[in-house]
Amino acid sequence: MADAALTPSAPERQIPALLPRRPMLRHLVSDRTALAGLLLLVLMFTTAAAAPLVAPRDPNEQDVANRYAPVSFEHPLGTDNLGRDELSRLIYGARISLFTSLGVGVAILAIGMVVGSIAGFAGGIVDGLLMRIVDVLLAFPSLLLALAITGMLGPGLLHLMIGMVAVWWTDYARMMRGLVLSMRERPFVESAQAVGLPGRLVAIRHVLPNIVGPVIVLGTLQTGRLLLALSALSFLGLGVQPPTAEWGAMLSEGQQYLASAPQLMVYPGIAITLAALGFNLLGDGLRDVLDPTMDS
Amino acid sequence: MAGGPLLEVRDLAAGFDSRHGMVKALNGVSFGLEPGERLGIVGESGSGKSVTAHAITGLLPSNARVTGEARLDGVDLLQMSKRKMRHVRGERIGMVFQNPLHCLNPSMKIGAQIEEVILAHTDADKREASRRSLELLDQVGIPSPDRSAQEYPHLFSGGMRQRVMIAIALACKPQIVIADEPTTALDVTIQAQIIDLLAETCKAYGAAVILITHDLGILAGFADRIVVMYAGRVVEQGDVDSIYYRPAHPYTLGLLRSVTRIDEARRDRLVPITGNPPSPVLLPSGCAFHPRCPYTQPVCSERVPPLELKGGIDHPAACHFAEEVATHRAGDAVQ
Repeated sequence: MADAALTPSAPERQIPALLPRRPMLRHLVSDRTALAGLLLLVLMFTTAAAAPLVAPRDPNEQDVANRYAPVSFEHPLGTDNLGRDELSRLIYGARISLFTSLGVGVAILAIGMVVGSIAGFAGGIVDGLLMRIVDVLLAFPSLLLALAITGMLGPGLLHLMIGMVAVWWTDYARMMRGLVLSMRERPFVESAQAVGLPGRLVAIRHVLPNIVGPVIVLGTLQTGRLLLALSALSFLGLGVQPPTAEWGAMLSEGQQYLASAPQLMVYPGIAITLAALGFNLLGDGLRDVLDPTMDS
Repeated sequence: MAGGPLLEVRDLAAGFDSRHGMVKALNGVSFGLEPGERLGIVGESGSGKSVTAHAITGLLPSNARVTGEARLDGVDLLQMSKRKMRHVRGERIGMVFQNPLHCLNPSMKIGAQIEEVILAHTDADKREASRRSLELLDQVGIPSPDRSAQEYPHLFSGGMRQRVMIAIALACKPQIVIADEPTTALDVTIQAQIIDLLAETCKAYGAAVILITHDLGILAGFADRIVVMYAGRVVEQGDVDSIYYRPAHPYTLGLLRSVTRIDEARRDRLVPITGNPPSPVLLPSGCAFHPRCPYTQPVCSERVPPLELKGGIDHPAACHFAEEVATHRAGDAVQ
């Protein structure tokens, strides 16, 4: 009666595939667009961080006799309407533009992840309540809402950041919740429960680490969008106040001289575009690296 | 546990709240499991095999309503607090699931996933847990355990991953291992190895096994006793020989006829069971198998046959005509 398929055979000794686990960084670097984005961002961030060392002049030093100076050895990108060195202002402006978007990015990531995870894990009323709040916030055009909040608080970089954080955490919250919910249905999460791991451990070791990938991707792309939003709000005069250099604010100031000195708008415009491009390229590259590797 | 069964399931019923009302997945399932015994639960998909396993271990989703008893060493698991139940799982009942490809966390090293279970249930420290996990990997036939423990699951084949799952199930020396279709996702040659491994290791650990499958062929060399399920009920149960040689339920008979046999030079075709398993939302009246049963009589659609011992048969079967089926089959078996 014994089924022939069940006759014992020599114990199977499979040799595991000897593929080296490809380190993420190497994988990323082998992707040309991602590499371009990464290099662009590294370059911009290091320049911004090292501004006092790199910038040829003090960004606020005025030289009224030498306004709208053309490109020269002394002023590599010329001077602006007050005779300030344009390149120095761009470099110092990068500090505020880049680090503020990054700061806001990290803050909304943190808030969104916490709220989204709570909603995803708790479910029921808690989930319903949190998601309705998110719905309400998402129902408004986000830039307008950020504008309104900052407007109420009064212009200033800190207020602008608060306004942005208050509006943009919702995307992450929504995505986190969805990821947590889908991850909770995965067989390995079920089997982690089946071996009696406490819920806390299941969440921290089995659910959250497998969500990191998509979150990093969204985070990178989102930071690019934040940079644009920050520039837009600064352009409208809500962010840093003159004479502090910031790309959006420079764009706004340059606008008045668009006809006579268009370069004053072109340079910060290029800087914003490049930075946003860097975030987007890196984000796309990260998505290729992180997304399909969930399994095998 | 003088003499008493290790696990005693009595009148286990489970239903799910759904838009279409209560969907009854289990309708009063009873069976026992002795220490060290190997029990096979067999049935088509939808017969309630997996629901039984999940109900016993408290892993059904929150919309499930479970009644009945499942006593482990006399203590009813269904009445247990979530906290205590968590300790039963992994510590006293280990589980192996159907889909080894997706049952391991892709972002965690193999070794760490075994250690984690040991750390959660015993007071072993990290070093002890790591030593134990290497030992377990070796016992389930993973080559060079110390290197494999540092690998991530995606480097492992399905068979290897299922071996790791068995190691995890055995990590805390449980009294029972429940394997839910452990070989369904694997190819046939690996299937036999995994089943053998399961038998070997559980024997070494003194654990009883409940092997859930739709394939009677797998159970032949493995199980001591078999429970046949259909539409959420046990329709027949008995030791391996009585189920294989003296089936008394037409459904069991049908399952046996649809198994390929290599040891017999049978030239005739496999006989499929006609029709489909009934939907749990709309079970047929009387015996749920009657619309598909070749021996069906008017009484079959009127009364549910109880699972009981009848004269002339050595094991209980839930069929009004169990004796006739058994004698009819006896004629078959001789040839």
